[in-house]
Amino acid sequence: MAMNGNGKALDANSLPVKEYDGIIIGGGGSGLMSSLQLAQSGMNTAVISKVFPTRSHTVSAQGGITCAIASADPNDDWRWHMYDTVKGSDFIGDQDSIEYMCQEGPATVFELENMGLPFSRTEEGKIYQRAFGGQSKDYGKGGQAERTCAAADRTGHALLHTLYQANVKAGTNFLSEWFAVDLVLNSENQATGVIAFEIESGEAYFLKAKATVLATGGAGRIYKSTTNALINTGDGTGMALRAGLAVQDMEMWQFHPTGIHGAGTLVTEGCRGEGGYLINKDGERFMERYAPNAKDLASRDVVARSMMLEIIEGRGCGPEADHCFLKLDHLGADLLHKRLPGITELSKTFAGIDPAEHPIPVVPTCHYAMGGIPTNVNGQVITQKADGSDSLVEGLYAAGEAACVSVHGGNRLGGNSLLDLVVFGRSAGLHIEESFKQGIDIKDPSKEDINKALRNINRVNISSDGENASVIKKDLQEIMQTSFGVFRREDNMESGIKVIEEIRARAESLHLADKSSRFNTARIEALELLNLLEVAEATAISANERKESRGAHSRDDFPDRDDENWLKHSIYFKGNKEISKRDVNFRPKIVQAFQPFARTY
Amino acid sequence: MNSIATEQISTLKISIYRYDPDTGNKPFMQEMDIDIPSDKDIMVLDALHLAKEQDPSISFRRSCREGVCGSDGMNINGKNGLGCITPLSEVVKKNKLEIRPLPGLPVVKDLIVDMTQFVDQYKKIRPYLISDKEDNGKEIPQTVEDRDKLDGLYECILCGCCSTACPSFWWNPDKFLGPAALLQAYRFISDSRDTAREERLDQLEDAFSVFRCHGIMNCVSVCPKGLNPTKAINEIKKMLVKRAL
Ligand SMILES: Cc1cc2nc3c(=O)[nH]c(=O)nc-3n(C[C@H](O)[C@H](O)[C@H](O)COP(=O)(O)OP(=O)(O)OC[C@H]3O[C@@H](n4cnc5c(N)ncnc54)[C@H](O)[C@@H]3O)c2cc1C
Ligand code: SF4
Ligand code: SF4
Repeated sequence: MAMNGNGKALDANSLPVKEYDGIIIGGGGSGLMSSLQLAQSGMNTAVISKVFPTRSHTVSAQGGITCAIASADPNDDWRWHMYDTVKGSDFIGDQDSIEYMCQEGPATVFELENMGLPFSRTEEGKIYQRAFGGQSKDYGKGGQAERTCAAADRTGHALLHTLYQANVKAGTNFLSEWFAVDLVLNSENQATGVIAFEIESGEAYFLKAKATVLATGGAGRIYKSTTNALINTGDGTGMALRAGLAVQDMEMWQFHPTGIHGAGTLVTEGCRGEGGYLINKDGERFMERYAPNAKDLASRDVVARSMMLEIIEGRGCGPEADHCFLKLDHLGADLLHKRLPGITELSKTFAGIDPAEHPIPVVPTCHYAMGGIPTNVNGQVITQKADGSDSLVEGLYAAGEAACVSVHGGNRLGGNSLLDLVVFGRSAGLHIEESFKQGIDIKDPSKEDINKALRNINRVNISSDGENASVIKKDLQEIMQTSFGVFRREDNMESGIKVIEEIRARAESLHLADKSSRFNTARIEALELLNLLEVAEATAISANERKESRGAHSRDDFPDRDDENWLKHSIYFKGNKEISKRDVNFRPKIVQAFQPFARTY
Repeated sequence: MNSIATEQISTLKISIYRYDPDTGNKPFMQEMDIDIPSDKDIMVLDALHLAKEQDPSISFRRSCREGVCGSDGMNINGKNGLGCITPLSEVVKKNKLEIRPLPGLPVVKDLIVDMTQFVDQYKKIRPYLISDKEDNGKEIPQTVEDRDKLDGLYECILCGCCSTACPSFWWNPDKFLGPAALLQAYRFISDSRDTAREERLDQLEDAFSVFRCHGIMNCVSVCPKGLNPTKAINEIKKMLVKRAL
């Protein structure tokens, strides 16, 4: 037995090993889709999750899953969805991945429905689809599309519970409430599994596997104000960085236009899809000025910037003039009850407002990481060699928000994350299954390899002096909020980077005062802080380095998009803290690539 | 929670159930004073976070902080609820707040209970769609009216507030399925796409699975999502009785 506790360090010599064919770290939508695929293949796999699977953040998704299933419009075409997604990404989304996602999507959505997902329905008994931002028909020429498949405004809940249920049916093996600490790579840089501990007992293990999937979700908690759950701390990204692997496009954070002012909780873009709109303090529907065609259903980056400009120019609402209003009352209580019941509940709880009567105070709020661990369409993790070429990390996969297969590029379209989860969660599973058939050869790690992966947790376990993690975390969130928000500028970012360096020094010597073994949430929060820190620093340095404005990354000092120099992914390593570039894929298999053009809505 | 930017502060007496079996000590109630804003309402979960700032060893589950993940079911001044969507103004009496774990389940530590029993009961009802329709690569059609029948059922977040407030669940946890599992049983029975209705009813037919519910309605009064397990249980009972005739 190897206990976390009593101020002692863990050691490879006494660490018990559990062996699997594959382990999936994460029980959200992406992890559960991978595990379902693997359970059906009869492999010996386990899903490990730091919370009971249905408590994963996918459960919070509201508006829906975007996919050209041709329910609202029989002529809808996955190619139109692809066009919108490429444009939405501001052209740094990889077109091979986007093509794969949009084309594979419909079969996967129907499969989810067959599994039992309680989608809302049309009068013809088909899956209900609503309008979301950035959606068009006929390659932008046919007006607004309605392409987001919805279960009222609780699509994530419906999707996650359905996937959990399907996994129960398939007999998936869950290690629920286990915390993954660090990846174990061998001398050939192959992934051999992960160090993890059972939260209830505090017992640590080496979970050895020939295939490891990082499906650990987002990291919105690097910011002070976010729509993300408290557990969204970028653990997988932190693990990849500590293992010496690359991360991609980390500067690309989506600020969602409609987080509830003061609380950060989200109200879905589906509100605007159902006919709601934003107003400033004069009651003006200001999006008509910024995006004459799409108006409130322009892309999220565009709407968020417009709102911030209204606020900066003094037309914000409320006593501090620091937010806008989302008007829904004209839709009527019936529609709100039928299509947006969850929103009605949330507004009452967190804003004290009944949207059937009053507008909801909203403000752009950190929501989604477009960047992450780079992968190909099979979910295989990519890292960059010294000469700038790609190489695959054998045995390692990533999927979902933690990954960057780059279907979202510089800006994600609403409803495309849920699709990303299920399509690429599945493709990772399929690839693992296939690799097993072919035979996988992964070399065992040495004791030193394992001890390397124990360094971080041991540092926390034996800490004897220093600050409490929660204090350091607050400072980190504060600096990210002020220096790396919707609008960015060099001087501000450079001073932000310095502050982060200081925070790193403090975090290196943080103190875990409570050394108990059993369900020690303080230990988890300390480890999560170390992950947040890696993600925040990667974000900060990448943001300062990308000297242009593209998608969600908007700089006062470089207001234009620079295709000559930056039609590229940014790549960051923790080791030298330097940024390199990686080519964007413009080679879809079926359609012709979409070439960059000026992005207006 | 976003940090509290406020000038007006008042003090709240909070009393939290503490227990770590590893220490060999008995459970006790830890009393503390916390500073809370007096000019705005905060949630019970926010208050717990403030307490945890003083004593980081206090353990409780939490995640989404918006009432959809179901992590933070707890007993708040005597009533089960979710910490994250229960405002202090609703529950604090005489400036006192007492927080205990959900009753009737073994305590792992502090406010954290062992949910194994609860999850096992859920799994027993076969919580997944069973359909003998052939997969034709399209959706199984469902009318708006049939879909409406799932409203008030599918939204369950498995928080456990209902089952752990149910006396029949406390007394017969191994046999009585409890309101949460039965609500989900009814969710699948009611789904026009499910073709295993009769098998599902067969499974519920014994004297305990359903019939131990005596309609005390504790479950309804605590459900944070406003769901009505009692009604679902009654519908199942009616179906069983009708079948028996
Ligand atoms: C409020 C909100 C609404 C949204 N609405 C929509 C929408 O309508 N449509 C849409 O497409 N997208 C939406 N999104 C985005 C989308 O929900 C997320 O991007 C997506 O759910 C992420 O899924 P995931 O599988 O990658 O990760 P998650 O669902 O976050 O799951 C992560 C999993 O990893 C586990 N994990 C993490 N770290 C560890 C560790 N160290 N050890 C063990 N386990 C670990 C967790 O326990 C969890 O099971 C929304 C996001 C938010 C915040
Ligand atoms: S109504 Fe039935 S299920 Fe609900 S609390 Fe009472 S006995 Fe339990
Ligand atoms: S029925 Fe309500 S109280 Fe019971 S588990 Fe579901 S959401 Fe919680």
